[in-house]
Amino acid sequence: MSRKIVIEATNVSKQYNLSKIGSGTIKDDMKRWWYKARGKEDPFLRIGETNDRSRKGNSNWVWALREINFNIEQGDVVGVIGRNGAGKSTLLKLLSRTTTPTTGTIKMKGRVASLLEVGTGFHPDLTGRENIFLNGAILGMTKKEITSKFDEIVAFSGVERYIDTPVKRYSSGMYVRLAFAVAAHLESEILIVDEVLAVGDAEFQKKAIGKMQDVSSGQGRTVLFVSHNMGSIQTLCNKGLLLKNGMIAANGLLMPVINEYVKDGNSDEQLIFEPADNPFLSHIQLTSSTALITTGNAITFNLELKQFTKDLVVHLGIYDFKDEKLFNLATDYFEDVIKSTSVKCIVPVNNLPEGNYYVNLLLKRAGQTLCHYSKCLVFKVVNGDFYHQNKLPELTPSKFFVQHEWQS
Amino acid sequence: MKKTEWDIEIASETSWFSFKLNEIWRYRDLVALLVKRDYIAKYKQTILGPLWHIIQPLLTTAMSFLLFNVVANIDTEGKNAILFQLAGITIWSYFATCLTSTANTFIANAGIFGKVYFPRMVMPVSVVISSFLQMAIQFVVLIAAIIVNIFINTEYHLSWNILLLPIVVTIMALLALGLGIIVSSLTTKYRDLAVLVTFGVQLLMFASAVNYPISTIANRLGTDSMIYKLVAYNPLSILVDTFRNIMLGGPIQYGMLAYTAGITVVVLMFGIMLFNKVEKSFMDTV
Repeated sequence: MSRKIVIEATNVSKQYNLSKIGSGTIKDDMKRWWYKARGKEDPFLRIGETNDRSRKGNSNWVWALREINFNIEQGDVVGVIGRNGAGKSTLLKLLSRTTTPTTGTIKMKGRVASLLEVGTGFHPDLTGRENIFLNGAILGMTKKEITSKFDEIVAFSGVERYIDTPVKRYSSGMYVRLAFAVAAHLESEILIVDEVLAVGDAEFQKKAIGKMQDVSSGQGRTVLFVSHNMGSIQTLCNKGLLLKNGMIAANGLLMPVINEYVKDGNSDEQLIFEPADNPFLSHIQLTSSTALITTGNAITFNLELKQFTKDLVVHLGIYDFKDEKLFNLATDYFEDVIKSTSVKCIVPVNNLPEGNYYVNLLLKRAGQTLCHYSKCLVFKVVNGDFYHQNKLPELTPSKFFVQHEWQS
Repeated sequence: MKKTEWDIEIASETSWFSFKLNEIWRYRDLVALLVKRDYIAKYKQTILGPLWHIIQPLLTTAMSFLLFNVVANIDTEGKNAILFQLAGITIWSYFATCLTSTANTFIANAGIFGKVYFPRMVMPVSVVISSFLQMAIQFVVLIAAIIVNIFINTEYHLSWNILLLPIVVTIMALLALGLGIIVSSLTTKYRDLAVLVTFGVQLLMFASAVNYPISTIANRLGTDSMIYKLVAYNPLSILVDTFRNIMLGGPIQYGMLAYTAGITVVVLMFGIMLFNKVEKSFMDTV
């Protein structure tokens, strides 16, 4: 089935001026105007620099996005990922028409609704009811549409009791619930969402993610979703778009894109360790069945030895960052497991909840310690669907997930 | 892949002439809700509420009457001096409210504009409409004062000229809208104008024949004086004067009214062009 392309971006670039607006800008404006009047290229378009926040640049002009090209097909749920300052928000701003590209064009088909923030235009003095109408209208709904969905919106938000109270009396959670409820009921062919799910309590987050899934899978709508939470990206999206320094680093099916993102050096994470001058150990590597180490998925520790003897003992200690030992993976629990220089330890179901962990490695032979490496691997677990319920478990401060079932 | 017809095209360059009136019409519900919001938000937690619309012009009228008519003894072309001041203030405050509120459209709404797209013109248009409601209340006060005057002084000036009233008010609204969006477009980058507007409106009031008739200047300084020309050809003083003459009786200068309408069209067109140009990417400079 050939699907329609609903968003087409061609050579889209966006340049920003970093200098203080107001001093010297009249001069620059004049210069631009003078070049333009003579039919020449804008002088400032040439001197822009790549968008890399960690390096100090020489120019005051920077390319937040540079020559971006992509197509998005109808029904795709695209996760836009990238590090802070990679250009994600700029891209969403362009797509939601709050600003225009410096060069290039973006073409879109259908109504576009953007949720770069929840509760845009909420007025603190208006009641919940009044704000639903106002916010809905700002997001592009007609009064008729809002009226027909009003009850649904109120029910979804769960703040029925306070619907005629001015929103300034709301708790911030109630405020966000109401705001998201309005946005979730938008009827648009293209929905652009920026990390708004990072709000509300766990119950509401679940509801919001569920609603987003309905939106994309049930109604054939196209969704662009920006988030740093790989867990929710993996739950929601089928395609990925990775931005790096204002350019597209990867684009297409989700998994390869996330791989690329992870590979691209999360400096905190260390998934492979190669000790220098160790006569026994070549390297140890942590791999996962999914691109990211996710709760509920399998993880594997791969050890490559330089030599092996049957009496070699491997200890892996898994710690959290409170330096609390969570569990051991050790060969001396088992008989005769080391049969070659390639040793694998498979954890079929990763019980660890979202968080950061590290691994200590100990090699022993005949009661003698051969080597000990502290924090040789550092890894990050993202929240996953541990119970296979098509939803992310709530984040509670427990140390483990445990497989269990209920009967009645 | 099928060829698609594009609904939205986002590009850097836009033509100077895209008025998008149909788009504003599509967002008419939003205009209505914004007007409602302005109204509700303004009087939440006030005791007198919309009564302030009545108190404010009455106090200003009393002050102007004392200052211009009692102290300075300015002639009012035979009109009741209190009514003269009240009428002038009613129409002027409409202009002043429209201008000052539309002039900061971009800056005041930067938060919303940065997050959601809708035709930006919706904001100034809603301001002009909600200010109109405010003016309507004040207009009722003016009518009441005129009726009281009929009973007390048995003066009566109602004529067919009243049919011109909607035209004068509309021109006033469009002129304020035009000037307001010009200022708001220019202030996205350079804030200087916003400062000017706040006290400029006050200065402009003195050049707009609000507290005195145009004829006073002609009588005192002659029609050749610079000041007379400044006031007489100021579209605002023509509108104020015409409004007063409609309400309180007096000759209508159709030629000058047409001239004012012409200026308004030019200002408004220019304003819309500038606004359209700026609204595209003002978020980068605001």
